[in-house]
Amino acid sequence: MTTVPDTRKLAYIAGQASDARVNVEFESDGMVLNLGPQHPATHGTLRVIVKLDGERVTAAEPVMGYMHRGYEKLAEVRTYPQITTLVNRIDWLGSFANEVPFILAAERLMEVEAPPRAQWIRTVLFELSRIANVVLFLGDMGVQLGAVTPVFFAFRDREFVLNQIEAVTGGRFHPNFDRIGGLKDDIPKGWVDETRGVLDRIRTFCDEMEDLVTGNEIFQARTRGIGVIPADVGLSYGLSGANIRASGVDWDLRRDGGVGLVHDRLDWKVWTHPDGDSFSRYWVRLQEVREACIMVDQLLDGMPSGPIMAKVPRIIKVPAGEAYVETENPLGIMGFYVISKGDLVPYRVKIRSASFNNISITPWLLKGVYVPDVVSILASLYFILGDIDR
Amino acid sequence: MIPLSSPDTTLDEPAESAERATDEERESLVATLADVLGDGLVDSEVAPGTDVWVRVTAEAWLDAGMALRDRCGMAYFNFLSAIDWLPSPFGRDMDAQVDLSDDGEAAEPEPMTWGVAGGGTRFQLLARVHDPRAHIGVTLKADLDSHDPRADSWIPAYPGADWHEREAWEMFGITFRGHPNLIHLYLPTQFEGNPLRKDYPLLARRVKPWPGIVDVELMPGDDADDEGDGGSV
Repeated sequence: MTTVPDTRKLAYIAGQASDARVNVEFESDGMVLNLGPQHPATHGTLRVIVKLDGERVTAAEPVMGYMHRGYEKLAEVRTYPQITTLVNRIDWLGSFANEVPFILAAERLMEVEAPPRAQWIRTVLFELSRIANVVLFLGDMGVQLGAVTPVFFAFRDREFVLNQIEAVTGGRFHPNFDRIGGLKDDIPKGWVDETRGVLDRIRTFCDEMEDLVTGNEIFQARTRGIGVIPADVGLSYGLSGANIRASGVDWDLRRDGGVGLVHDRLDWKVWTHPDGDSFSRYWVRLQEVREACIMVDQLLDGMPSGPIMAKVPRIIKVPAGEAYVETENPLGIMGFYVISKGDLVPYRVKIRSASFNNISITPWLLKGVYVPDVVSILASLYFILGDIDR
Repeated sequence: MIPLSSPDTTLDEPAESAERATDEERESLVATLADVLGDGLVDSEVAPGTDVWVRVTAEAWLDAGMALRDRCGMAYFNFLSAIDWLPSPFGRDMDAQVDLSDDGEAAEPEPMTWGVAGGGTRFQLLARVHDPRAHIGVTLKADLDSHDPRADSWIPAYPGADWHEREAWEMFGITFRGHPNLIHLYLPTQFEGNPLRKDYPLLARRVKPWPGIVDVELMPGDDADDEGDGGSV
């Protein structure tokens, strides 16, 4: 250990003090800080390189591709029924919701429509996927800001939803249940009543989150007014889902121009928040879970009877054409641009995933924020790496 | 800033009138674009009540983006990508036996064909923007040079195009003029080639036969209709 002579130490302190008196600002080249490659809530591996000036971020550049699986290329050599297996794994927390827009795009090209009962069950599973997905976000949002309890509650209650999905589809994470023209199977006996019980648990969970997180002073201090996205900037970056609704844009594909699902026959509400900050993104998602419970309740009440599969050929050849179908998935808008040349396999599939657009705003958004806020902003944008990398 | 919030809309609109209304909207959108771009607009197609495609020249690409944003209310940037219309020189691989001639060699590649709103060259840009108030979207296409695909960057019109253009650059080899940071997005820095081009082989399929081929077996009595459908031998 080296010791500095007292005289030199004093001279140093005096120098510092005089600098402070004349208000000299030290300029530095800044420091480069590497966040990741990992995600505190393990939604995949994202690396963010931030350049710092003191505690402030001057530039941020997310680096991804750690999970790039090339689904657009793989889809070109797989038949339409095989592709649902791939798209399942894009947003793995709400897998069933991924299959829906792809199947709807194929159905539009084939001019097939699923029977009413299949559409209702699809919508039920779609909303259950949303609950399973967003419940985990609500827990993770807390854990990324240092509150460990909510994440245990989230994992505990999400399991009940996953059980219900598993009871129907046979898969907790990757149902692979949606088919062109309908569904693989009907719902099992007694499932409706069980699901109602699960919805009650989720409502209780939402109340717990309100008590534990929403009103928490530390949580509010770290999210209110942090990471504000004005509506026009959000739109020009293509943000979607709760991220854009938290900026006051009243736009939800389930209500506006939704195809193939039955949300338009339900009585529900699109929640928006005028602030556009991290807190409002959290708040809007919390309301959406409640809203999804309301929707599933109504869907279970009014489930029509009938077949669950339309008449489609055994070997599916999709007529030549192009179709783009997007749905309001848990993370935001997910769309598939499918180009068919009349083969067993699509000619090209462009996957428009929500998180890719949602995270592309980060270089703009993180400029000028403080280091701890980087985490709260990234957490509130809520991305899943599989949904970015595809 | 324009207020974007709207009161709760009624859920039970008569479907037929809504369809006709959006149709007029899409037609007028094409008319507005034709007015602004003149010769820059090559072709368009409206699927009534569903979608609209507009094909512009590569030179008019950025102007079209600006016009969509400023004149047509398309404030929302949805995605930007590209299409390679070259028929794959590898056929459709082992999924489709129809591509193989009798001696197991790949058949002659088919001539190039294009999709909705036509085409003229190998590469086509593909972008989609959306009007968050009127709830209609438009798909925009532009033909690019087959050997040196280049286009103006859309960043001045939609800043969100940044990453999408980086992706199109590495996946298709399309250069975007005026893009500040055209570097790899997904692939490693040293990566060579453009994977989403049709002449880029999918190595997993080259080295290992696809097991799915044996899964599709015809049921008794099914073969009369499905003869020649491929993938079923």
